[in-house]
Amino acid sequence: MFRKPLDLGLIILIPVLFALAPFVYNNQLLLFNAMVFLALAQGINIIYGFTGYLPFGYVGFFGAGAYGTSLAIIFLHVPALIGVLLGGLTALVLGLVLSPLLRLSGAYFAIATLAASEAVYYVISNPGLTNVTKGPYGISLDKAYAPHLSYLTMAVIVGLVTAVVVYLKRSHLGLSLKAVRDDPLSSEMAGINVERQRMVAWIWSALFAGLTGAVFAWQISVFYPDTVFDPSIAIFAIVFTLFGGAGTVLGPILGVVVLYGIYNVIGITEPQYFQLIYGVLIMALVLFLPEGIVSLLKRGGINVL
Amino acid sequence: MLEFSLLAGILFGLFFGLVGLGLNLIFGVMRVVNLAHGDFMMLGAFGAFWAYNLLGWNPLITIPLQGLAFVLAGMVLYYILIPRLVALKDFEMISLVLFFGLSQVIEALAVLAFGNNPRSIFQPVFGKLPVHFLGQTFPVAWAASAMVSLVFIILVYFYLFRTRAGYATRAVMASRDEAAASGVNVDQISALAFGIGLFLASVAGMLSLFMLGSVSPDFGGGITITAFAVVVLGGLGNPLGTVLGGLLYGIALMVMESYLSSWANILPYILLLATLLIKPGGILGKEVRHV
Repeated sequence: MFRKPLDLGLIILIPVLFALAPFVYNNQLLLFNAMVFLALAQGINIIYGFTGYLPFGYVGFFGAGAYGTSLAIIFLHVPALIGVLLGGLTALVLGLVLSPLLRLSGAYFAIATLAASEAVYYVISNPGLTNVTKGPYGISLDKAYAPHLSYLTMAVIVGLVTAVVVYLKRSHLGLSLKAVRDDPLSSEMAGINVERQRMVAWIWSALFAGLTGAVFAWQISVFYPDTVFDPSIAIFAIVFTLFGGAGTVLGPILGVVVLYGIYNVIGITEPQYFQLIYGVLIMALVLFLPEGIVSLLKRGGINVL
Repeated sequence: MLEFSLLAGILFGLFFGLVGLGLNLIFGVMRVVNLAHGDFMMLGAFGAFWAYNLLGWNPLITIPLQGLAFVLAGMVLYYILIPRLVALKDFEMISLVLFFGLSQVIEALAVLAFGNNPRSIFQPVFGKLPVHFLGQTFPVAWAASAMVSLVFIILVYFYLFRTRAGYATRAVMASRDEAAASGVNVDQISALAFGIGLFLASVAGMLSLFMLGSVSPDFGGGITITAFAVVVLGGLGNPLGTVLGGLLYGIALMVMESYLSSWANILPYILLLATLLIKPGGILGKEVRHV
């Protein structure tokens, strides 16, 4: 499936670079967060770039993964890596539960996913469920804490999600998804099972957000419900994807590298100035470069994966 | 207790109807979900707060001034933002992201200008005595806010069904292209509807100072979803539905707060999801599903 050497190179190169990066740059947490955003941006790319469905509440899967992992480690005493898989599974199940949302279109879908993620957040953080979820008091995974192993696991997940996006880009499935995105009626008449195709993209997307949330929980090991259900995590990832260019493999990578890089170089400490700049950036992006920086490269005659 | 919940629910329902009305008007005309709706509410609340604290004005007096300011601001914003967007193929999604960016800008500027503190107005500004009604007792601020909401709901009806611009607005809601073909100045009508939508948001924001206790600069995000839930409950693009949605939401909220208060904050999300999944067009809406 990965016929061109560039495909395989990209899939291997990115995680290897991240795995080696701590040897030359010592802020491992920053590198880890960059990987988290890269995986989330690619996860959003799978659902938005290929089906046009924009999940504003994508963070729900991230949080579900984080809690699935943590509760599995705390109550079932599983090893952390198994816990991560269970976290991914939790998000996958949540994705299945929420799959009726795919019947909605456009803004309805976007806001319904946001409502769903908030509903999950309020259930988990409800003081009445403290015995089950620790309620608003948060999770501590001090026994499972393993910064290096969790860092490397994240690198593997980034490789996997890149592979899925490359696969979608190259495969018949990706092609039919794009056909569905551009004209659902015609593609249905051409014999594409529209609902099934969307479902596949949705589940992949949920799974990767869950795995990412799971490893995130493992890496930071102490967190609260509002840490992992903060809607701005998903919105950041959406902005990275849009800024780079949705529906391409390189777009989200460029988006994360450029925007997350700039953010850390400037290092704005005042949250409201950061929020202001980020808001202006989103508006400027949408008004002047709605198809991302990849569209500039394409206009320059460079064919982008 | 149930009687109190039901009656208070109606008072809150009128208020929530007004909260959703501006959002729905803008959606109906432009097919844009104004994710900054709650932030315009917040600006309205702060306008009333400062007018009261610095000048001693009763919030009711500031309403006409707010009307002027928000209608103008809305029309200017419309002409800056929307014509550029309409040309894009993914207009609906892109506009969602755009208005999210706008909400971030407004929130950040509000924190810089007003600080991070929640603000409220001395409640007895509408009078001191509680209101007795059908054997129940309510704060006068609730009753006054419900009355103001009702007046604005009636005014919106008058505008939509009894004025020329209102006829044109409903024509644009039904079909943008056909309205343009019949000689309606679609941009002008939409800009006006956008301005009116923001004005309604600002009045609802002012009333939030009394109905919801206090307003801080980060008030916008949560109330936008609540407003969307109210609108979806009644039917997107249908203003009559929004009032019904508001009443249902208000009553459900008050009943939840009486009997299941620790779960009350999950209500808007559950109502929103349930409506979308069971009857996505809302109680009085049209079909929204597609292939």
